[in-house]
Formats: sequence, structure tokens, C-alpha cells
Amino acid sequence: LAPWVPVVGLEIHAQISSNSKLFSGSQVQFAAPPNSLVSFFDASLPGTLPVLNRRCVEAAVMTGLALNCSINKKSLFDRKHYFYADLPAGYQITQQRVPIAVNGSLSYSLCIDNKMSQMVTKTVRIKQIQLEQDSGKSLHDDTRSQTLVDLNRAGVGLMEVVMEPDMCCGEEAAAAVRELQLILQTLGSSQAVMAEGQLRVDANVSVHHPGEPYGVRTEVKNINSIRFLAKAIDYEIQRQIEELENGGTILNETRAFDSKLGCTVPMRDKEGKQDYRFMPEPNLPPLILYDAKSLPANMNHQQVINIDWIHERLPDLPSVKRKKLVEQYGILPEHSFTLLNEDGLAEFFENVVKETQMKPKKVIGWILKDLLSYLKQHSLTVNESPVSSFLLADLLNLLEKKAISSTAAKQVLAELWKGEGKTPLEIVKEQKLELLQDQKELEQICQAVIDGHKNEVIMMVLG
Amino acid sequence: AALNGGLRSQVSAALKEGRVAPTELCQRCLALIKNTKFLNAYITVAEETALKQAEESEERYKRGQPLGILDGIPIAVKDNFNTAGIETTCASNMLKGYISPYNATVVQKLLDQGAVLLGKTNLDEFAMGSGSTDGVFGPVRNPWSYSKQYKEKSVPKSHSEDEESNWVVTGGSSGGSAAAVSSFTCFAALGSDTGGSTRNPAAHCGVVGLKPTYGLISRHGLIPLVNSMDVPGILTRSVDDAAVLLGSLAGHDPKDSTTIQDDFKPFELPNLTDVSKLSIGIPKEYHAPGLSGEILALWSKAADLFRNAGAKVVEVSLPHTPYSIVCYHVLCTAEVASNMARFDGLEYGHRSDMKDSTESMYAATRREGFNDVVRGRILSGNYFLLKQNYEKYFVKAQKVRRLIANDFVKVFRSGVDILLTPTTLSDAAPYTEFIQEDNRTRSAQDDILTQAANMAGLPAINVPAALSERGLPVGLQFIGRSFQEKQLLTVAKWFEKQVQFPVIQLEEVKRHDSDVFQHQKSASFS
Repeated sequence: LAPWVPVVGLEIHAQISSNSKLFSGSQVQFAAPPNSLVSFFDASLPGTLPVLNRRCVEAAVMTGLALNCSINKKSLFDRKHYFYADLPAGYQITQQRVPIAVNGSLSYSLCIDNKMSQMVTKTVRIKQIQLEQDSGKSLHDDTRSQTLVDLNRAGVGLMEVVMEPDMCCGEEAAAAVRELQLILQTLGSSQAVMAEGQLRVDANVSVHHPGEPYGVRTEVKNINSIRFLAKAIDYEIQRQIEELENGGTILNETRAFDSKLGCTVPMRDKEGKQDYRFMPEPNLPPLILYDAKSLPANMNHQQVINIDWIHERLPDLPSVKRKKLVEQYGILPEHSFTLLNEDGLAEFFENVVKETQMKPKKVIGWILKDLLSYLKQHSLTVNESPVSSFLLADLLNLLEKKAISSTAAKQVLAELWKGEGKTPLEIVKEQKLELLQDQKELEQICQAVIDGHKNEVIMMVLG
Repeated sequence: AALNGGLRSQVSAALKEGRVAPTELCQRCLALIKNTKFLNAYITVAEETALKQAEESEERYKRGQPLGILDGIPIAVKDNFNTAGIETTCASNMLKGYISPYNATVVQKLLDQGAVLLGKTNLDEFAMGSGSTDGVFGPVRNPWSYSKQYKEKSVPKSHSEDEESNWVVTGGSSGGSAAAVSSFTCFAALGSDTGGSTRNPAAHCGVVGLKPTYGLISRHGLIPLVNSMDVPGILTRSVDDAAVLLGSLAGHDPKDSTTIQDDFKPFELPNLTDVSKLSIGIPKEYHAPGLSGEILALWSKAADLFRNAGAKVVEVSLPHTPYSIVCYHVLCTAEVASNMARFDGLEYGHRSDMKDSTESMYAATRREGFNDVVRGRILSGNYFLLKQNYEKYFVKAQKVRRLIANDFVKVFRSGVDILLTPTTLSDAAPYTEFIQEDNRTRSAQDDILTQAANMAGLPAINVPAALSERGLPVGLQFIGRSFQEKQLLTVAKWFEKQVQFPVIQLEEVKRHDSDVFQHQKSASFS
């Protein structure tokens, strides 16, 4: 049977982390009372006009730079028309002709065969990043035959990141999205929390035989976590393969992922083959960005964005941070991944290293095995850890001084975890876990044991 | 007092000196509005709030602290500008009863300077039309229909015929505003101009109609027809007054990203006496098919006027003028289709009782809310925006638009300062005749002389020039360089002085303000 090559591309919508919306001054806030964050413009009151939010543009430029994109010094805004209850103006303002950033790339890492020790680096091309408005939310109340519309989210700024179909499976897509998420959070351009709708991923999936043209693709939506992303994609790949092997065809359709059933189902065809009748947005002049070279001398600093200025102030990206951790502390690359994967863990690790004489290579074991497994068991974040970096450092110092054994240290940690406010030293004293340092005392104990078991000793001496 | 006097030179002075009080002015205007109700120029008269504003103005004058020239001046606003607390209908069922929560920037500016907002004026529905005949509140009647000048010239066709069937249209779509200014019910009015909607009714009603450069005055709060062409328009009884209004409205608005950032300096118009340094261009393509012999002669006479006064008068060519109608049609309908998409009955405005589904509610709402003209333009516009048509129509029209704009650039670069053209093809048509043709046909015909200025974003002004053989106003248009309103208005003012356009002789006004006719002789408008 000829092998199948699955092809996966992603369209990711990241909500921009800003105080106000993309084109109006109303506030951006998750879970506010319905329709409490709606400006006249958001409600599409006649006569209102869009005014571009500077912070949103900066967020998009930062993201573009972090993803190695070319930033378009001139980009345009367009209207994308369709009728829907959560789109008050009857059109979305987006960037269809010329987006703000193009042609970038994202590197991410995977473990081969689930072994952390074998990591491989992959790259996915970023086609473009565009600025656009988020829509409101509509809730269908079938019992009362009504639709409830909440416009709080209408007009919030989004960055749509389009990843080319360079991925081959759910695992790759998940890893790519995870890395993107970390980058966005590091930049602060988006909080990228999928559960709060700040990061939404749609997957484009198709399969074909090697050497043949790409197959018909389907779009998979309604994916609420990175874990489900991988599941949905892998399911869809399988479904398509089975369909084709049974002589069927793949429809160019939109499918929703049903997390309960673990499968994709065709979505109610609400849009059909829509013609969005794109048209330039006449109320927004072209967006012009400058760099150090092109910046005119007399420009009001408040009125312009300087790409170079933003570039100089980019924080260390995750990949750079990992490298630094490896170089500085001599830990393994896969360790650096786990450190960065957990919010606050890298910082915790570094704080412990600062406070202890134990070598980082040894500290890392305690962080990744002991601390992390406790956190996972109790579903806690690093910030919620009852054991602070100081306490752990204290404990590790005792171990390093050989005041206690490593078995004892684990016991102490278990006690510390209860969060009763005791220091490691106090616990050690309480539970009499000290290692004996006194030579004489040791000899006495040994002598006592030997004296108490004369028969066994003779047996041992005789061989 | 001087109801017909210039704002800066006479009315403002009278107010400051206490010769007339703001409340008096306001009451006079309100009474006149009542007596000219048959004109149907106003959709909403905001009597209570206007009187309150007038009282507040009066207090300021008493304290010797008026806010400026416009303090206490009664003005009217076309009903497609948002006015907080006062109904904004766009003469459409879609917005009947709609009370906006905010003021358009231009409205706010007027109020901030103490102007008294008398009410909202009638228009073609959503500003689509050139007659002010296609709104849900009925057509506007041209005040000149009832003027002595017109009645003297009109020959009754039969015994039974009376004024009722003979009245002429105002032109459009800002007909209500033009009629309001023309009939002395206010001192100035705001209109809008997308393809000529301020200049056209100004010409037919014998008033000054100014279309400013695109980007000079904020469109925030002006319910849009074509975002890339709309401008707020100014209607007054003199060029000087137009300059006063312009000074109070122009300037950057952060709420409108299409306004220019440069500082605007309000100006007083000089009294130009020497036109010898001026170069007037006469675009030959504006000798359009259908241009009446009368207007052609008037245009020629005006050119001679400049020439004899020493100005250089040259024939120029704007070769892409014949393509502007279809180009305008494509771009206008495309933007209309887009701008009207928000009227779905959900957030505001009319909502149909149809409840079967969201889609059916939308469809019914829009069918019930919009008239045929609006729906026709939406359908056309959506057609042009379809993916398969976009390049052929929309993009092509944008390219032609660029060519039209370049025509002007070339002519102005060649040394011409101002262009002189007719504003309309003829004087105002009787209503019964006007409605023989449909809105689209009329618009296509009537916009030909005015719309190119909108395509190119240039400033243009109608100045009343003379009365036609039928005793109706005919105006001429001046088109200037971008943001050179001062030069444009200076020339327009000179011309206005030369032609001495007569004051309308209206019974209602006469009855109401005998002062008007006392000052008639000195009505060489400031």
C-alpha cells in the first residue's frame, strides 16, 4: 500500500494584549458583564470611524520580528463582508491585500519517540501576520428560539499568524503552537491562554501520495487546547486516509473537533462558499512604519513607529533563553525545554541556584523530578508552590553539606510540601534525620552493633 | 436688525451691541420655520433645546463674554449628521425615531461656539439623490417656487392650476438645508457633499454652497454615503459667511483618521480688487450635453467678467470628465453596499417583526427600512465587489478616478489658479417634471458637473449668479486647489460682489421681518 504524506498548516488567531481595542477606546477584559465594554464604534453606530490603536501595531511588529518576518513598511486595511449577529458592522476590518508582516519562520523542537533525550529541531514557515478585529460572541438559546449577542469581544485586536503546511502531524503542530505561545507570552504581545480564547487555532489538513499533488484539504476548528489540537489533527489525518483508501473523496469543508468523541464532524455550513467582497477600508489611510534610516527628522515621536527601536528592545526569546540556561548552568537542552515550558519554573530554578552551593547540574534534578512532579500531582502552578525557592535552596544546602542523606532530603521535602511553615532544619531536627558527622559516635554505634550481633560477626569473618 | 446681513460684519455686531438678542433671533427663526412649513425643509425642529441654547447665549452676551462670531447664531443641520438627543433619521424608515448618543464633531464644534441648533433638515434618503425628493418625509420645496420673481415669470397652464402643482425642486441631496438658508429660517446650514449634494441645491436655491477639500473637515458623526468622497458641506447666504463657518469647523480630528494633521488657521477674506494676477481656467468638457443655453451664456458672461477685469482666462481640458459618471457610479455603489451592511435591525434602528431566523429578520428589516434607491445601490455595489468582478469594475474605477484627479493636477500645475464651471445643467425643474425620470437617471444627469471635484477631493463652491428666464436661481461653480480654500473663497467673493444676486422676495419672510426689505438695497452681502 502506497504511503500517505499528511500535510498540516495552521491559522492561529492571537488576541493582542492591550488596554483597549484595535480601533476604539473601549476596554479589553475577559469575562466582563455582557455588553459592558462596547463603544459606539464597536456597536457600529452610524457615523463612527475606526482609529488605529498604536499598542496593537507595536504588538504585531514585535511578533513579526520575533518570528523572523519582514515587516511591511506600508500595509493596508480592508473590509471583509459577511452578515452575522456577532459582526455589527456587517464587515470585519482586516488586512487582506498587504498584511503587516510576511515571510518568517518559527523553530520548534520535538522529542523523538517520546524520549526527552532525543530532541530534533524543526522549522515551519510563517506566511504572514495580519491585524484584524475580533468578533463578538453569540449564544444560541434553542429552547427560547433566540440568539444572545455579547459585543464585549467585538473589535478586540487580533494577530492572525498563518503557518505554511510544513507540518506533518499533530505532534508537530502542537509543538509549533506551544513554541508560538511561549514567544507571545515572552513578548507580552498576547497572553495566549487558549482556555480564555486568547489563542485560537484552526488546522488545515490534507493527505497525498509522495510525488503527487496535494490532496483536498479540510479546515478543522473548535479546538480548545494544545492537547486537543494534536488529537484533532491526527484523527483527521486518519479519517482522510481511511476515506481515500475506501475509494471515497475528501470534501473541501470545515469540520469541528468534538473533544468528547475525539473526532471531527462536518460543521453546519453557515457560510458556504462565501464571497467576502473584499474592499479597501476607506477610513484608514495606509499604515506606514519607519526604521532608523527612513524616519523623517521632524516627525512627532508620538505619531510614528520605529521598527528598529522595537527590535532593539525585544526581550530574549525562548530559544535564546534556553541556550543561555544550557550554557550558563551546564544543564541538558531537554532540561531547558522543560524549564521554559512551565510558567515561572526557570526563574525558580535560577533562584535556587543563586542560594545554594549545590551545582546546577544537580539542582536541576530536584527541580524537574521532585518539585515538578509534586506540582503536577496537585495541579499547582510554580507560583502556587508551597515550597519557595528559598526553602528548597535551604534543603539542598543541607544535602550538599552532607548534613543529611538524599533519602532524608526527600523526606524533608515531603514534609515541606505540607506548607506548615517549618524550615528544613527544623524538620530535620524533628524527625532526627541528621547524618552523623561525629567519627567517634559513629564508631561507638558500629561497635555496639557488632557487639550485639556476635554470632553474625563470626559468620562474616569466617566467610 | 439684519436677518440677511453678514455674520461677521452685521449680525455678530448687532448681538454684541445688544441691538438684537439671541432669544429674539431664535424665536424669529422658529416662527418663520412654522410659517414656511409647506417647504418641508425641516424633519425635526428642536424648539425647546434651541431656545435654551439661545438663552444661554444671551447670558454670555450680557456678561460680555460671547464665545465667538457664531454665539447665538441659529443654524440648521442636515439630518444625516448625528445630534445627541435629537432624532437623526437620514430621511429613512431605517432610522426613524433613532436618537443618537453622540454629536458629530462638526455639530459639537458649532455648539461649543454657542451656535443655536434649530433642527434637522430634510434630504434624499441616506443622501442618495439630486432632488431631495426621495426621503420618507416627502420632498422639499424650493422656496423660490413661492417667490415674487418666479411667480411673475410663470404662466399658468390652466385656470385650475395653482402654486401647488407648479413648485420646483430644491435639488439635492441637501435640499432641506439649502431651502432653510434660502428662506431665511437660519443663518447657515450644514449639508453634505459626495457628488455635488451641497453645491447642486445651493445653485437651485440661490445660496452659497461650499464643498471643502477632503480631509479638511471631520466626517466623524456624518453618516457616510461614500467614505472616500463625503465631506460636510456649508450653506450660507454669502461667501463671507461661508468663510466664518469654515473657520469654525476645519481642522484635524483624532476621531477621523482621514483628516489632515496640519494646523488650520481660520481666515478673514480680503476684499480683492485686483484680479490681474489671477488665471481662470474654463474646462471645455464642462460644456456638457444637456447644458441649457441660458447657463452656457451665463458661464460665458462670467468668463468675460474676469477677462475684462484683467484676469487671464484660458480654456483648459479635463479629458477624463466624460468617464466620471460611470466611475462614480461603481465606486459609490460599492461603498454604499458596504456602509449599509450595518443596518440589520440588531443594535439600533428599525427591526422587523419577522422572527423565523436571523437571516430572515435581516432581510425583512432591510427591505422594510430602505427605499428602492438605497436597495438598488446596495445590489449594484455588491455586484461590483464580487470576486469575479472586482478587478473589472472596482479596481478599474479606482484607476479611472486617479486619471480624473490627475487631470486637475495637470491643469493647476500649468498655472491655472481657479476653474470656473456651471454648477447645474439648468435651473430647478418643477417637481412633476423631475419625478418623470428615476433617481438613478436624475443623479447621473445632475452630478456631471459636480462629482469630479469629489473624485479628486478638491474644494469647490457654488456662487449664485443670476436669475433664469423663469425667475429661478442659477449658480456658477469655482473649483480650487487642494487646501487652498482661502484663494478659492477670495475669488468667489469677488465674483459675488460683481453679480449682485437679488434677494428672494418671499411673502412669508416679508410678513415676518419687515427689516429684511428695509435693508434690501444694502444687501451687497458684506
